[in-house]
Amino acid sequence: MTTLQARPTDVGLSERDTPEGSLGPRRAVGASLQPTLAELSVPGRHSDQVPHPPADALAGIPADQLRGSALGLPEVSEPQVIRHFTNLSHLNYSVDGGFYPLGSCTMKHNPRVNEWSARLPGFANLHPLAPDALAQGSLQLLWELQGMLSEIAGMHATTLQPAAGAHGELTGILLIRAYHHSRGDTARDEVIVPDSSHGTNPATASMAGFKTVTVKSAPDGGVDLDALRAALGPRTAAVMLTNPSTLGLFERRIVELLDATHAAGALAYMDGANMNAILGRFKPGAAGFDVMHFNLHKTFSTPHGGGGPGAGPVAVNELLAPFLPGPLAMRGADGSFRLEVTGARPTSIGRMRAYQGSVGVLVRAYAYIRTHGGAGLRLVSDDAVLAANYLRQRVGEAYELPFPGPCKHEFVATAKPLREATGVRTLDVAKRLIDHGFHPPTIYFPLLVEECLLIEPTETETLEDLDAFADALLAVHREAHERPDLLHGAPLTTPVRRLDEATAARHPELKWRPMTGAQTPCPQ
Amino acid sequence: MLGALGIESVEALFEDIPASVRATGIDLPPGEPELVLQRRMSGLAARNRVDLASFLGAGVYHHHLPTTVDTILSRGEFASAYTPYQPEISQGTLQTIYEYQSMLAELTGLPVVSASHYDGAAATAEAALMTIRATGRDRVLASRAIHRHYLETTQTYFSDGRHSLEELPTLPDGTTDLDALEAALADLHRPVAGVLLGQPNAFGVLEPMARAVTLAHAAGALFVAVVEPVSLAVLASPGEIGADIAVGEGQPLGIAPQYGGPYLGILAATQELTRQVPGRLVGRTLDVDGRRAFVMTLRAREQDIRRDRAASNICTNQALCALAATVYLATIGPHGLRDVAASGAANARRLESALAAVGVRRVHSGAYLNEFAVRVPDAAAVHAALLDEGVLAGLPLVRWYPDDPALTDALLVCATEVTTDADIERFAGAVATRMAVAA
Repeated sequence: MTTLQARPTDVGLSERDTPEGSLGPRRAVGASLQPTLAELSVPGRHSDQVPHPPADALAGIPADQLRGSALGLPEVSEPQVIRHFTNLSHLNYSVDGGFYPLGSCTMKHNPRVNEWSARLPGFANLHPLAPDALAQGSLQLLWELQGMLSEIAGMHATTLQPAAGAHGELTGILLIRAYHHSRGDTARDEVIVPDSSHGTNPATASMAGFKTVTVKSAPDGGVDLDALRAALGPRTAAVMLTNPSTLGLFERRIVELLDATHAAGALAYMDGANMNAILGRFKPGAAGFDVMHFNLHKTFSTPHGGGGPGAGPVAVNELLAPFLPGPLAMRGADGSFRLEVTGARPTSIGRMRAYQGSVGVLVRAYAYIRTHGGAGLRLVSDDAVLAANYLRQRVGEAYELPFPGPCKHEFVATAKPLREATGVRTLDVAKRLIDHGFHPPTIYFPLLVEECLLIEPTETETLEDLDAFADALLAVHREAHERPDLLHGAPLTTPVRRLDEATAARHPELKWRPMTGAQTPCPQ
Repeated sequence: MLGALGIESVEALFEDIPASVRATGIDLPPGEPELVLQRRMSGLAARNRVDLASFLGAGVYHHHLPTTVDTILSRGEFASAYTPYQPEISQGTLQTIYEYQSMLAELTGLPVVSASHYDGAAATAEAALMTIRATGRDRVLASRAIHRHYLETTQTYFSDGRHSLEELPTLPDGTTDLDALEAALADLHRPVAGVLLGQPNAFGVLEPMARAVTLAHAAGALFVAVVEPVSLAVLASPGEIGADIAVGEGQPLGIAPQYGGPYLGILAATQELTRQVPGRLVGRTLDVDGRRAFVMTLRAREQDIRRDRAASNICTNQALCALAATVYLATIGPHGLRDVAASGAANARRLESALAAVGVRRVHSGAYLNEFAVRVPDAAAVHAALLDEGVLAGLPLVRWYPDDPALTDALLVCATEVTTDADIERFAGAVATRMAVAA
């Protein structure tokens, strides 16, 4: 039996355990759970959206091709739609609502002029197969953005096609294979990743048919150069490095790592998830990386959207440019713009998706780059790194920092000593932070630091916000010693508390019970 | 902050970058304040032309966008949140994904739906890989009348040579040659993992799906239906015809064309295939106090846990696009969606009649819903000339099938509920004038 109403808890905790400031208790999100649309549905409710078609509209369709089953979608009015989703939105924590220090995700402010730009009818209503003559504005934007990202990366060329960071990784690895094969070098079937890498790196290598070889990190958090050298060989196609690493550290031995990679005949892929730390300070292409992807939803401020859509453009050096997926945006001698014709470059790996890119996302990133300019982008990274180092110092007042500073845009702290002293785990610290009104940092990633917290403040937070978060994290540390039960039971102030994830996985309930047709709404 | 850190400048924080690879800035123009930026962006947008009477579909369709959709999408609580790793403060995103899964399960007739896919092409490629994982076979058959770009994308995903993708021919009526399918399936030395057909297909023609499913299943292959979601309000659903997987482009469900994305890959599957489904899944559960709640589930398939043994490298939820589809379906409702699909069909029939009246006839004889190919002498030139008349006359199919003489002069045209009689008259009139000049 389920309920939408709060119940008295049975763990001996109460609302009195809510942290309180001078403005009263701070809540991370709103309080009221919502029924599903299926539960709201009443036959006949609707809003008039389109005219009714003539009765014989489907006369040309053979009867056996027509839908035989009822279409059990909910029937609700427009006011219900707006209220339902508005109330659901109140259950979300968001950057717009508060500090969101989710490490590795770069949860910065999403400027509203970017949203305004993407919604201009000329951008929003343009069909992806529109002839070039109708698409000169978008084509110019794409062509300029290819150049801007190439400059930022220190690379030769950029494809805007990949739809997400992981999609960019797959693109990059396919480019690397195409390069090796073009040289008749077909024996390279391994991709090396450090143990601190994003899970997408090994998953990408597998998806592209490569074996993953994992190398360990050195005690300073960087890749162990000797381990890398031992792993490299004639079967190595690529080394995938995240730089700065997922520990928030710049790879100090980057020159040696790149040299060793190239000496083995392998290519170097940079996972650019952490570019927000090094804009204008480090250009991967100039330093010797062969290929990298950007995450526009991280570094270039496009909205994360609850998990997507993102965009993952891939920049490459001269070696890999011939293999880029098509179509690229091109500029002709007469100054007009066009999309490359399919098949125009026989060396291309082919398409990665249906059309030229998530252009709505690309428009936002372009607006962001234009807003900041070259010098402004460097300042973005300066401020992001400064904020991270400041917060690191404050968090270090209570938590262990396993690696020496300075960090880049994010840093790792660990609650391992806290667990040993109090039994409180990082998960408990994270959940209790919610009661203090904050989204927790990334936890238990990267995998090589026990009980770790990966904290990334970004450049768009004020000093007051950084201090408020640090104060909360320190308060939780004190609470762990004084009342560990509070942390084990946290969060207390949210519309739902800790969830039964085991049952959800054992008996997946992935949709509301089938309705027996539109006339029969289904209460759950 | 500098003082607290005991440093004089941020330069000290970048000394860990070896001097030999330290960059000295980015060579891009200075930044622009909002007013200047708005002028620039307005200028670029104005250089696009979106005022033509458009009959271009080919996988992306102009539809009525209920005003509710962008109202909700603009809410920062949805737009500026991330993947719901902390379910206690992410129930808004989690419940909307669950509602999306539920409504797409209704539409497709298949119970397991993932909201993680980038677009119709990427979802098609992932579905092809699913059939390979599920059957342990490595050969996939796909009709040549599936969206060209979906086949090209699948080919790219298959480029490591471990799997093969073979195209099935079509018949003069525009349907896939099922005798050829039967023959290909009969090769017992090369068993087939999956069979892919489009409904409607890339020519707009309705395929004999029921027979194709029977043939595939008889050979132990899985069947993948590549569908258009609005059509499912009136056409037999993939579940009804016995498909194992349905994929498609979710753009028609409340997402603007945007010159290519972001879109929404639809991917739905049978219960049996649940653990082969790539991407995030949201399930219903209870919290410690017995309250209903939603959570990402079956996570052991995913890249951040399984790393190199994951079902896919997908990390995304295409959540904001799935939210658009959810708000769209909630607003339009079951009867409204049927009206959208049937209006497109009615307008397409009017278009066919108007073009036939000026001597322009269909290429194929098979039944269609709201999109079909017509033969126009010198089609590419007519298509270009009509732009000046304010008409976007669909897609010249020679772009997708350059080697097929039957399609050299074919234009693929569509109508939806936004197509007006005036648009149709303009199109037919302009074609008639052009053909008279040419004659």
